[in-house]
Amino acid sequence: MRNVLAIAERELRAYFSSPIAYVVIGFFSLLYGYFFYALLSYFERQSMQMGMGQPGQVMNINQMLIGPVLVNATVILLFVFPAITMRTYSEEKRQGTIELLLTSPVTDVEIILGKFLGAMTLYAAMLAVTIIHLSLLFIYGNPEWKPIATGYLGLFLMGGCFLSVGLLISSLTKNQVVAAMATFAVFLMLWVINWIGAFVGPTAQAVLQHLSITEHFDDFSRGIIDTKHLIYYLSFIAFGLFLTMKSVDSERWRG
Amino acid sequence: MIEVQHLTKRYGPFTAVDNVSFRAESGEILGFLGPNGAGKTTTMRIITGYMPATEGTAVVAGFDVFDKPIEAKKRTGYLPETPPLYPDMTVREYLMFVAKIKGVRKDIKGRVDAVMKRTWVADMSERQCGRLSKGYRQRVGLAQAIIHEPEVLVLDEPTAGLDPKQIIETRQLIRELAGTHTIVLSTHILPEVAQTCKKVVIINKGKVVAEDTPDGLTERLHGSISVYMQAQGPVEDVQRALQSVRGVTRVIVAETKDDAGVFEVDSEKGSDVRRELASAIVRGGWGLLEMRPMRVSLEDVFVSLMTEEKTTDEPAAEPEVANA
Repeated sequence: MRNVLAIAERELRAYFSSPIAYVVIGFFSLLYGYFFYALLSYFERQSMQMGMGQPGQVMNINQMLIGPVLVNATVILLFVFPAITMRTYSEEKRQGTIELLLTSPVTDVEIILGKFLGAMTLYAAMLAVTIIHLSLLFIYGNPEWKPIATGYLGLFLMGGCFLSVGLLISSLTKNQVVAAMATFAVFLMLWVINWIGAFVGPTAQAVLQHLSITEHFDDFSRGIIDTKHLIYYLSFIAFGLFLTMKSVDSERWRG
Repeated sequence: MIEVQHLTKRYGPFTAVDNVSFRAESGEILGFLGPNGAGKTTTMRIITGYMPATEGTAVVAGFDVFDKPIEAKKRTGYLPETPPLYPDMTVREYLMFVAKIKGVRKDIKGRVDAVMKRTWVADMSERQCGRLSKGYRQRVGLAQAIIHEPEVLVLDEPTAGLDPKQIIETRQLIRELAGTHTIVLSTHILPEVAQTCKKVVIINKGKVVAEDTPDGLTERLHGSISVYMQAQGPVEDVQRALQSVRGVTRVIVAETKDDAGVFEVDSEKGSDVRRELASAIVRGGWGLLEMRPMRVSLEDVFVSLMTEEKTTDEPAAEPEVANA
């Protein structure tokens, strides 16, 4: 555990001593703020129209504002995460520091968990910025906190899936551009994999539906914690990290 | 203690290390010598647990690197060919990190300070590793290798890229460390081996071609000592006079300058003819300008071993492995 923490700390230090952390957090906040503003304005107009006696839907700030904002946030992750994970292994290989890690008395699992934990902490810092937006809602309105909490839990887990895929891809190549591009492509594929669901027959559709990383997010954003989705995300993360471990191990054998 | 037995590493059809065995006792410095691409780095990477061997075993401080990697790694310090530094960390931060993952638990700060002092990097402790000069990088690399006080040190070309003063300092440090550590160091610089190592293993194309002490290797090539002489006088007379000295087997005139000649005098095994040679010159009334024993250098041993290899071995393409 000490080793995991030491490695995670070093990862974080690397993020924050380079522009990566600031660029990632900065752009995430910018886009998140934009989506928040856009949806808030829309929500405001709707409620004004309701107030003027025009017929409309039932106004619910959780469903009409926070839920969609979180879904939009997942789109940002799609673009931002490759930048976080692309360097995790490729940089170690390029610098030769991988030789330090692999000849130190730490296990492969500890190295991978350390890197994952480091990336997740950066992600948590990203999400922490959005506390500002939420507190505005709590100051001027009275949203329910429980759906918000489940929404963030879902967002966090989904980010974990992306990061584990990103780590895996980074462990497969020395080239950071290749790592970033491949990571983005895989993320996007996981995103849209169920779009062809309607054309491939019911069984395949169910499978694709289950594979789709966004499909599992919907319930979280509605305030539901379904163990089905929880297990999907957690097992996805575990599988990604497991493959990363195997990839690093095979790299050792091949030299 | 390091014990390597029948170590073999294959990459597909290519054999980088072929049945290598050697042994280094506690407190010994073993020099690992060979041309580039001979398999030095690969062997060292196997000893340090960076990569597994295809066949054979490596035991470090009593632990097999494959069966008990964590225990073996705890007792091994490794300086790879390029020091494994994180460019964005300061020297102190970096060494603190290394100390943690190498399993140092008590007084990490004190240990880091002591190591920085020992490797002369204390004045750069707050500088980012990426901004260090080559010499400092190498020394920080050495610092990270010894920070957990390992029993065994594996150094891959520790003096590569250093200036002459730093080379001398680094060799001095390595010799100091030898008292408490078992050291394997690789190099392709021959004098380095003669100056620092007790034992030499010469490797070429993945195979051990010789294992001996530096002196033993020298002796193996030439049974006798030769003397280099420069004398003033008629060259042919001087040559004849030297030839007549008892024990001298051969006198070669290497060079003639105006009224002086340069001679290389071979003598019988076990006889020291220097005194008689000097007397012969004096007796002839000539001037002795210079006289020194000609050591057969390790270069000669090396070249001769490599050429021996070539004649017995069918020529193969020079492998490019080490920096893969």
